[in-house]
Amino acid sequence: MDWVNAIVQGILLGGLYALFAAGLSLIFGVMRLVNIAHGDFIVLAAFLGLTITTTLGLSPLVALALVVPVMAAIGYVLQRGILNRTLGEDILPPLMVTFGLSVIIQNGLLEIYSADPQKMSAGSLETASLSLPGDLNVGVLPILMFVVAVAVIAGLQWIFYRSSLGRAFRAVSDNQDIAQLMGLNKAHVFGMAMALSLAVVGIAGVFLGIRTSFDPSIGPGRLIFGFEAVIIGGLGNLWGTLVGGIILGVSQNIGAQINPGWQLLAGHLAFLFVLAVRPRGLFPRID
Amino acid sequence: MADAVLSTRSLEAHYGDFQALFGVSIDVYPEEVIAIIGANGAGKSTLMRSITGLLVNKPQMVTWKGQAIGALRADQIARLGIAMVPEGRQLFQSLSVEENLIIGGQVGRKGAWSLGKVYELFPVLKERRNIQATSLSGGQQQMVSIGRALMSNPDILLFDEISLGLAPIIIKSIYEALPTIIGEGMSAIIVEQDIAKAVSVSSRVYCLQEGRVSLEGRPQDLTRDAISAAYFGV
Repeated sequence: MDWVNAIVQGILLGGLYALFAAGLSLIFGVMRLVNIAHGDFIVLAAFLGLTITTTLGLSPLVALALVVPVMAAIGYVLQRGILNRTLGEDILPPLMVTFGLSVIIQNGLLEIYSADPQKMSAGSLETASLSLPGDLNVGVLPILMFVVAVAVIAGLQWIFYRSSLGRAFRAVSDNQDIAQLMGLNKAHVFGMAMALSLAVVGIAGVFLGIRTSFDPSIGPGRLIFGFEAVIIGGLGNLWGTLVGGIILGVSQNIGAQINPGWQLLAGHLAFLFVLAVRPRGLFPRID
Repeated sequence: MADAVLSTRSLEAHYGDFQALFGVSIDVYPEEVIAIIGANGAGKSTLMRSITGLLVNKPQMVTWKGQAIGALRADQIARLGIAMVPEGRQLFQSLSVEENLIIGGQVGRKGAWSLGKVYELFPVLKERRNIQATSLSGGQQQMVSIGRALMSNPDILLFDEISLGLAPIIIKSIYEALPTIIGEGMSAIIVEQDIAKAVSVSSRVYCLQEGRVSLEGRPQDLTRDAISAAYFGV
């Protein structure tokens, strides 16, 4: 039964990893930009949520209503102000600039919040659980997070393939010059893509902060989980990213079940295995 | 004669250190169709990229209805009513046929052209509207590309090498449809390597050679020898 439990918990954890990954996948798909600071933005969102919950006395889930738009605004300004200037034929400048941002965010958070681990409290919701058949107890909060993750992926999928914004994303991704000829300002379209990416990061960060303790240094680790989920699922496929997150979460939990020290290792091994067998991921969309 | 709607004045264009255009001046008058002919590498496509804003110039080098537009971005120029059917069609491969047309219309200019009108002109596109645009045949892709440009209800339409890579029978039908496409009140620039095709639909011809205008005039005033000399530089 412990094994079944580990797998169920792993699936639910996978939803959070998919949230880490979805924004990463989105901006890579639209503008071929790899955001090295993505994990640090997740942590920034967690601290933002912490500040809002402690100063305003709100529940973290209510704080989302503030964190998400603030993160989206940061994303738009960041893209228009800095990242658009780095995009071009050479893929190195955006990597270096986002790496620099990663360092800046980590140290900025360290200055403001110190290195002490922090945590957000969601009150009684944190301990509430559902009893499933077969002696299985599943927390309400992990289920809620998983449901939100699925809803976010479905929402992004809808935006990407059914809305005019998504049409603009795909057009600019296909051919930037011709998209400009159609009256699309690519600087604005890229800004919207980064805004959407960081809006999802806002949700991911708050969920992270409720689920575990966090400190300014954990961003790069979350980036790795996000990367692994994207690569396992296959580039450019959002539902694939969800599957990737689940595979990662389940492997980590199975590893931890064997030996608590093997949790992270098991996740990385699963990633390596997929990379060796299917180098382009399980469900690739982008060539 | 009325004032030109579109003019370039001493237009120069560079790709890095390489200079592609040397002081090109052309004029397009209201409701006029002009042809730009020239060999490969003469600078025809560069001229189109400069007019549409894909290459940035000094403001006064390109004027549109008296306004200096040389330094505007391509999306701003598109909104002014300048549309292009680009060389090689260049459809968006992630978009369906219908989405390609819709995206052409989203500059938000009012006019005669709509999705229904384009489907009326090219009925085959309506049947195939939900499939991926790049899975169409070459000729049908050219229809989408033309329809996409028309959807913006432009005042001037730039055709860049529309016959390139298409079967002769399809080229013939596209040229037969041109008078319908270039409707009332619209001007057009036709860029071609095929001199006979270009001259047959245009009222004036510019010949480019190595980045300069080597000849201009009305087709009936130009001799075959003069065109050959201007085209090949021999």
